[in-house]
Amino acid sequence: MLVGLLHSLEIAIGATCLGLMIGTAGAFGKLYGGPVTRDLLAVYTTVVRAVPELVLILLLYYAGTDLINQVLTAMGYSRVDISGLAAGIFVLGFVQGAYSTEVIRGAILAIPQGQIEAARAYGMSPGLMLRRITIPAMLPFAIPGLANLWLIATKDTALLAVVGFNELTLATRQAAGVTKAYLLFFLAAGTLYLAVSLLSNLNIGRIEAWSRRGMPSVNEAR
Amino acid sequence: MTGEAAAINVAARASLWLQPHRIVLILMALALVFCAAFFMRWDWLPQYWEMGLMGIWRALWILAVTCALGFALAVPLGLAQAGGPFWFSVPAKIFCTIIRGTPLLLQLWLLYYGLGSLFPQYPWIRESWMWPYLRQAWPYAVVALTLSFAGYEGEVMRGAFAGVPKGQLEAARAFGMSRWKIFRRIWLPQAFYRALPTLTGETVLQLKSTPLVATISVIDIFAVSSKVRQDTYLTYEPLLLLALIYMTITGILVFVFSRIEARIPVKIG
Repeated sequence: MLVGLLHSLEIAIGATCLGLMIGTAGAFGKLYGGPVTRDLLAVYTTVVRAVPELVLILLLYYAGTDLINQVLTAMGYSRVDISGLAAGIFVLGFVQGAYSTEVIRGAILAIPQGQIEAARAYGMSPGLMLRRITIPAMLPFAIPGLANLWLIATKDTALLAVVGFNELTLATRQAAGVTKAYLLFFLAAGTLYLAVSLLSNLNIGRIEAWSRRGMPSVNEAR
Repeated sequence: MTGEAAAINVAARASLWLQPHRIVLILMALALVFCAAFFMRWDWLPQYWEMGLMGIWRALWILAVTCALGFALAVPLGLAQAGGPFWFSVPAKIFCTIIRGTPLLLQLWLLYYGLGSLFPQYPWIRESWMWPYLRQAWPYAVVALTLSFAGYEGEVMRGAFAGVPKGQLEAARAFGMSRWKIFRRIWLPQAFYRALPTLTGETVLQLKSTPLVATISVIDIFAVSSKVRQDTYLTYEPLLLLALIYMTITGILVFVFSRIEARIPVKIG
């Protein structure tokens, strides 16, 4: 079960990182991209957010592994077995990407327009502006949403049990099936998930305080 | 005059949709759909569509029941956390934290496999009137989904109850309303308006968690598609159709809720 927990955490971390990358790129595409990019991204976020994660996971899990194998055979390589870990990270990252696109887009829109204009007026290149102004300025707005996404990611790893990936929930079920002590094992797994959530909550509070440094605190602002 | 304005409005909207790049994209999408329709196998459809309708109906039914029950549970949960004494608010808080901290799949399996394996050990349960129900899977599905919805929505309702301006409640008290009347006429409606946008999101989330019940052998639309996949050895077609069905339901839900939201007074507080 601890190995399962480790797998779950690996997938959650990987998926969140991938999702953040997709999300940042997607948000910029949606805000500054051309009309075609914008429409395509709108389709992506709408579709992914409207279809249940379970269905998406099944679809992407089979379609993704199948596609890669077909491409590989077409290029003359032999078929590879895609590890469940990589596939899981890819699938959940794809799903998380859609959600974080929306979160980050909202956060960027919440930055006072003057800051970005000032950066442009200073003649900053887009890359520099992204690194120095946009990302630090949007973080306080984005962190609560992204923290939610992280918690969702840890819980979505449980869905990978359905495609047979050996993470915490499936490991628990197998252990419970062998020993017939269903209640005990499921309660233990629940405690583990809960511990992960509570620990992350603590850390998130710290990160949020760090990202808001120098800003008036929420209580004072009111 | 209004007809003219409406016509202009429609024309403007149509021109928005008919920008050149959109036309190309729409044509590409249509081409994809046609490819899917012609090159994939759909001959299993007539055989299964009755079962599929049953599945959709069952999924919607579970969604409606669990949302209604969950909301009914969430109101006291939110109220206890927002303004209750600590022996109410602490258990409510713990409940919400536990529900929101563990995966729904785990909760579902805990109830179905865990409790479900516990019940048959007690003869008095086996002999009671509840036994025919407890042997089936759907009560566990309904209970798990209801509790999960109540956990998430309870947190939302806590914020909504706490967000109602104090002056409103004080004014109601000054009018000499009884506590129950204040709750019914002032506190609950205002909190409900505040929670409505989040309620839409929660309901869509709830819809997206209904396929999980298929893992404990409730035949909803997801289970039907799995059965089709097992019977016909097709991977993509049932899943694509399934995704389309869920998207349609989500669209309808969002549309209905936006109509409800448009009806309530915009200015709050």
